[in-house]
This record gives sequence, C-alpha cells and structure tokens, in this order.
Amino acid sequence: MSARHYDVIVLGAGSAGLTAGIYLGRAKLKTLIINEGTVGGQMVLTHAVANYPGVLETGGFQLSQIMKQQARQFGCKIESNVEVTQLDLISKVKQVEIDHDEVYTADAVIIATGGKPRKLGLLSEDQFKGLGISYCATCDGDFYAGKDIIVVGGGNSALEEAVSLTKWVNSVTIIHQFDHFQAHQHAIDEATNHPKISFIMESEITKFLGNDTVEGVSIINKRTGETSVVPTNGVFIYIGYLPNSEKFKGIVDLSEYGEVIVDENMKSNLPGVFAAGDIRKKKYRQITTAVSDGTIAALSTIDYIQNLKNNFV
Amino acid sequence: MLATNLKHIKSEEEFFQAVENDENVMICCGRMGPMCIPVYDIMEDLEEKYEKVKFYDLDFDAPHAHVLRNHELSRTFMGLPFTFYFKNGKAVKATSSIQSKAQVKENLETYLLKD
Repeated sequence: MSARHYDVIVLGAGSAGLTAGIYLGRAKLKTLIINEGTVGGQMVLTHAVANYPGVLETGGFQLSQIMKQQARQFGCKIESNVEVTQLDLISKVKQVEIDHDEVYTADAVIIATGGKPRKLGLLSEDQFKGLGISYCATCDGDFYAGKDIIVVGGGNSALEEAVSLTKWVNSVTIIHQFDHFQAHQHAIDEATNHPKISFIMESEITKFLGNDTVEGVSIINKRTGETSVVPTNGVFIYIGYLPNSEKFKGIVDLSEYGEVIVDENMKSNLPGVFAAGDIRKKKYRQITTAVSDGTIAALSTIDYIQNLKNNFV
Repeated sequence: MLATNLKHIKSEEEFFQAVENDENVMICCGRMGPMCIPVYDIMEDLEEKYEKVKFYDLDFDAPHAHVLRNHELSRTFMGLPFTFYFKNGKAVKATSSIQSKAQVKENLETYLLKD
C-alpha cells in the first residue's frame, strides 16, 4: 500500500477520536486522525472540567492539548481544520479525500465527528454574530455589562449560562419554546429564583431586529400565535447540539436524529466502520462517556484489523 | 500572554511595527476562550500556506490591546475574538466572534491577496 494508506482513519479529534487514536497508536497501528475543526472538539468549549476522574480540575482546552500530545506521542498523524470532501466507507479499503486534494485510504474508519451547537436558523443570525448574538457567556458576557439581554433555550446550558450572565447584565429574559424546561432541577431552581431573570415560555424568535447591532427580537407565542417585539441588546443562544453526520447519510445507519447507530462494541452496520462519542446514538454525553466510547471503538478496530490480517474477515 | 504558537504582539510599539513593516497582516485579538481558540488554531494552520501574510495574536486584556479594542472598525463588536486584516498599515477588514477556516481564507484572499 502507498504511504497514504493507514491501518485506521479516525474522523474527528474530540475526546472520543483522540482516545481512539491513543489506543490505536499504542497498539502500533498506523493511524491518521482527520478533523474538520479545532482539535479537542466540544471539550474545548468547556471552561472548567471538575468531574474527570484523576484530575481535580482543569480546562477543556488544557485536557484536549494533553490528549492531542498523547495521541501524537503514540505515533498518530493529525490533520486538523481540513474539510472532508469525499468518502468511501462501503468498499473494503476505505477512502477519505480532504480539501478536494489529498486522498487517504485505510482498512478501517472510526467516526467520531461529534456534534455542533444548534442554530436558530434565521437569516439574520450570521449577520449579527458578534454584533449582539453570542454562543458563549464567559467569552462575551462583559460586553453586555448593565444591558438587558435574552437567553434562548431551556436546557442546562441555557439556564446555567443565564445565571452566569447576571454577573454582568441588568436583566436576562429566557425565551423557551416549551412550557417546561429540560434542565436538571438545581439549574431550574437557581434560574427561577434569580431576581434578574424572567421568562417567556412557549415562544420562539422569528426575527432579529437592528441595524449595526441587535436592538430587539420578534417573537411568536407557539400556543396562541400572538406576535410581539422584545427590545434587547444581546441574544445568547443555547438550544442544544446536532450530530455532525451529514456526510454519512445514506451510507451508515443513522437514527431519526442523525446519530450513528452502533452495537455495544461501537460497530456500525458497515464492516470496518465504527463510531464513538457524541456522534453515536446514546443518552449520556460527557467527556468521560466519549473517552469510554473511543476506547471501545479502538479495541474493536484492533480486533477487526487483526482478523483482516489473518484473513478472517 | 496567550498560549498559542502564533507570534504575540506584546506592546503598542510592536503593534505599529507589525502592521507598518509588512504588507499583509492578520491579527487575532482575544482570550483563551472557546470562541477564540479555534481561530488561533486556524491561523497556525494557515501560516505555512500563506507565506505572504504575517499572523499575530494579541491578548484582549493587555493594556496595549486598546489599539484594536477601540479601533473604528470594532466599535460595534460584542463578541470575541476581534480579527483584523491590515494591508500596507491600514485596517481593511475586521470581524467579531468565532470564524471558520473558510471565512478566514476568504478574507485573506479578498482583502489582502486579491492583487
């Protein structure tokens, strides 16, 4: 095989992908990790990680840098910030093209592409990004000191970030599409008892208003159909995550939500194709569960490659 | 100082030297936060491919960062990082908040390398 042939290609360099890389590299398998974004994935978005066993407290960025270093030390090659432009996961020899340019092949592929923050999908959302629309309270909260802002969402992230934003802002209005929250009770209690936080339930934003920056939003009440305008200086959006699985539609079996369906050994419906981390169908999504998935996927892949070399597959 | 592999601008003097001495300069002004780190990472990747552009970071909380915090092009910005593109010493484009690799490349090609 050519120099561009690897035993395994791991798609994604979040906690699942990097863990898989560490195990594969340590098993002396020639491994390439291809990542469309920043190494670390959603782990990088976490400021403080206090529940990762064996580490009292660290930042998501710091943890990702150590995992990256470990994967490299065991011999993995990492290509980050590239675009996967073509995929063949069905043939016995898998093929991945990046940036319409380089083509790599492998005997097995682990899909660990994770998820991405869900957007509202409104036309003006990108136009106002950084000009009144934000996805990170700790990054941008101080720009809104003394202002009236909106937080969109009803899960843990939305309610916890709303409380966090009260350090800077005058008031927070939480807009949520349902009549109840999906968050844990402690997050609900903290938000509902906070004097700076109010709620508009069963409503959705239909338009961002403003010229250079956000000055308000149009909303619709989903139950009554009534529309209104809420003046605001900023909107923070926390409405969950979507799996990065567009490239695998029609190739690998996906759930109704676009997650890759795998068995307990992280095997997909395709021979030599495994999945790990937030991309796979499961209930709990934590760094620890992604690390566990990455470990299992790597060990299954090692078995698969061994059987392939022994002509058992 | 920011924990990146980019060249850091550590003073106002260094800032003016950087933008005036090189034809094409990109500066990312931010913190070590989740919206900023991906942009530094993209710039590190692009450094090799874009030899005609000098890439720098600048700590948003450093006193000398006022040269970009209070810049005319960033007066409406409310999201980190602030990313500036300088051509022959003049700021020709600035963006607020996280940017994708495609967006950064488009700005480099459009505002710095179009000739």
